[in-house]
Amino acid sequence: MKKVLLPLFFWMLPLWAGAVEGPKLDSVSLDVYDQTSLRRGARLYADYCLGCHSMKYQRYSRMAHDLGMSENEVKKDFLHGDGKITDVMKVSLKKSLGEKWFGVTPPDLSLIVRARGADWVYTYLRSFYQDPKRSNGDNNQVFKDVAMPNALWELQGIRRAVYAADGETVARLDTVQKGRLTAKEFDSAVADLVNFMAYVAEPAQLERSHYGKYVLLYLLILAVLFYHLKKEYWRDVEGPSE
Amino acid sequence: MSNDGVDVSKRQFLTLAATAASAVGVGLATIPFVSAMQPSAKAQAAGGPVEVDISQLEPGQLIRVKWRGKPVWVLRRTPESLAALGSLNPELRDPMSDESLQPESAHNEVRSLKPEIWVAVGLCTHLGCVPSYRPEVAPADLGPDWKGGFFCPCHGSRFDLAGRVYKGVPAPTNLEIPAHRYLSDTRLLIGEEIEST
Amino acid sequence: MQKRIAASLLAWIDDRFPLTKLWNEHLAKYYAPKNFNFWYFFGSLALVVLVSQLLTGIWLTMHYKPSAALAFDSVEYIMRDVDWGWLIRYLHSTGASAFFIVVYLHMFRGLLYGSFKKPRELVWLIGMAMYLALMAEAFMGYLLPWGQMSYWGAQVITSLFGAIPVIGDDLMQWIRGDYLVSDATLNRFFALHVVAVPLVLVLLVVLHIMALHQVGSNNPDGIEIKKKKNRAGVPLDGIPFHPYYTVKDLFGVVVFLLIFCWAVFYAPEMGGMFLEHPNFMPADAFKTPEHIAPVWYFTPFYSVLRAVPDKLGGVIAMGAAIFLLFLLPWLDRCQVRSVRYRGILFKSALTLFVVSFLGLGYLGTQPVTPEATLFARLFSLLYFAFFLLMPLYTRWDKTLPEPERLTLSPPLRQRQEWYWRLLIRGVDAALASEATQRARAFGEQILYRLKKYISSP
Repeated sequence: MKKVLLPLFFWMLPLWAGAVEGPKLDSVSLDVYDQTSLRRGARLYADYCLGCHSMKYQRYSRMAHDLGMSENEVKKDFLHGDGKITDVMKVSLKKSLGEKWFGVTPPDLSLIVRARGADWVYTYLRSFYQDPKRSNGDNNQVFKDVAMPNALWELQGIRRAVYAADGETVARLDTVQKGRLTAKEFDSAVADLVNFMAYVAEPAQLERSHYGKYVLLYLLILAVLFYHLKKEYWRDVEGPSE
Repeated sequence: MSNDGVDVSKRQFLTLAATAASAVGVGLATIPFVSAMQPSAKAQAAGGPVEVDISQLEPGQLIRVKWRGKPVWVLRRTPESLAALGSLNPELRDPMSDESLQPESAHNEVRSLKPEIWVAVGLCTHLGCVPSYRPEVAPADLGPDWKGGFFCPCHGSRFDLAGRVYKGVPAPTNLEIPAHRYLSDTRLLIGEEIEST
Repeated sequence: MQKRIAASLLAWIDDRFPLTKLWNEHLAKYYAPKNFNFWYFFGSLALVVLVSQLLTGIWLTMHYKPSAALAFDSVEYIMRDVDWGWLIRYLHSTGASAFFIVVYLHMFRGLLYGSFKKPRELVWLIGMAMYLALMAEAFMGYLLPWGQMSYWGAQVITSLFGAIPVIGDDLMQWIRGDYLVSDATLNRFFALHVVAVPLVLVLLVVLHIMALHQVGSNNPDGIEIKKKKNRAGVPLDGIPFHPYYTVKDLFGVVVFLLIFCWAVFYAPEMGGMFLEHPNFMPADAFKTPEHIAPVWYFTPFYSVLRAVPDKLGGVIAMGAAIFLLFLLPWLDRCQVRSVRYRGILFKSALTLFVVSFLGLGYLGTQPVTPEATLFARLFSLLYFAFFLLMPLYTRWDKTLPEPERLTLSPPLRQRQEWYWRLLIRGVDAALASEATQRARAFGEQILYRLKKYISSP
């Protein structure tokens, strides 16, 4: 019986790790090799997020290379002629001002997808609704009483909460003002944005699988070689077999 | 345990093949470790080209900028000092700069892309001190034949206004000219010769 | 001519250093039992992982900055700006988990075949000392990235020392070097993790192997091969370690590397088990993460700690859980070493122990609930019962007669156990596949050309 348990345990390890509580999350499928999606996401980030949220570990030069953009394109669209191509994605929003306006400094988002998961970020960005009780005017179904206002309201539109009988729980969200994008277009845009953020969280993932297949192939060949070598020497011990 | 029927050549071949294949793997495995010691992207960024605005540079004026942690001089030479350069050749160790470090485009007698603007790394080629800028003609301490140039206080090496080293001084070669190019008439980029894409 | 130069060079060295003596005593003339099975790979694998951790660790230290202000950033610097830094980092983080997987399986082999029993008690004790050192090394290493889990995990574990009566608070402060886990703690954990504990580990490895070679290796049948020697003094059931086990262990290493590299290149986070998600946020002394869980290899003992409702009691229980392992050689009163010849009592006890250990491990990753606590207490009781009742059930156990000579397993292809049949079916399917046929044809082509090239004048 013990011979069953050990392999079972190790096999189930990754599954157990995913035990989740909290609000239900929508799943998003990402393809960090889709450079067009990454470029759209990068532009969305620059337009709607970079004002407050830095990505201080990501260099523009690396972004240019990994997203298939020329350095001049990046200098024009992202740097607006200010700063070097090797600079990291910093923001000009001063920490003290950020705290004054929002109560907390807007966090750096380089690693947010690794820390919270892509599904969380995807659901979060699409779960804002108008809440007159709050100082920033907005609330979020995934992150209750978040300090951040809905940065994407132009694209998504504005939604208001309809409360259940208890006056606390949100029964549903009604659209009070249409955004520039349809619901499906908005979901796709946020997916691009999250895709970009997933890339920034670990740029090395593009290289990892590329080299991985060669390493595994090489090791497979090596394993075959060493197996035959072992078998050959062990004929002394076990006698000729097969 | 039996040793009969041992196919020695098969063992030798397999051992050799396995050893060779392993050696290839070990060799390739050292590449990441060796590369990780190279200047990182951060070091390369910090060592990137430096842009200098020379629109306010007066004739005879020398400005200093920092590039890769080293002092770099940008000097607007006067027509008189340029004219005097040729006459100094017999007193110089490497007047045609054949032994010295400079980009191809600055491998000429005036050692610059444009004659009036001279760019050089301000470190003596002897042991790395920063020489002083001595543009005045025939000062008391440098003698009547001094036409202007650089004097290194550490061990007395002397260079002319093209950075060329005099004979009989400890420094072996002329001052290094870094790669550089002009972005416009007033903007100079130090550290890069050809435009990167 | 080259052979003669080599021979005289060897003689020169041998006059000044016992090279050939060491080679013979520990490799070419070290006679190991001929029936080592799957469970005997993990010692050499542990050595491979140690070397890998030392190498990748040194390279990480070239770029890592051990200060609270810079540590987190320096890890991201390694991941992004240093050429191949991401690979060196993942080798080290995956290596840490691989180390514990290998070590737990290595220790389990000891439980299975009685490798801890007389005359190998010292081998076991030195090994247990290594296990302690390894846990210290991993715990201190985990603080270094200075993420949320690093910080709060260290906060929780160092505060355990505060539970010790009288000296607790002072001890806790002394360990931390400050009133709370801070830059001072980080810096000293760095010094210990990079220099002190690795030195201790390497020393213990040497002592462990010396102690083992003094008495000779145990084997799956648990009988002493030195009891039956031939006229030359060589054990009848022994084979020289080199070349037989060097070549077998090398194959084991390659298979291990296949699994290891799959993890490194395709699943370095392993679902949050190897690299925990909260650790991608910089340490924040004012914000505790929702669930503080130690890394998976500590969770069994963490479960025991949480199962006891008293703080000091929990610490004592956790300590006892580890300490009891040290006493194993003296708790076991059975005359028979290997599980193959032990009775039903030990086999049941061992099964319950494994279930409990795995159960405790799983529960340690989960948040506290009343049901979970119930199970944790049940499993803890079973865990302690395995050790505390051992003097009784091992004495009462009805054992089978041990063989005189080693029993050898049939060749792999003829094994009947379900996991071997599965492996054989998998391998046969792979061998019959198109890809293998093409690879084989390609390989034969190359071999043919090589042979022609070598034999041509």
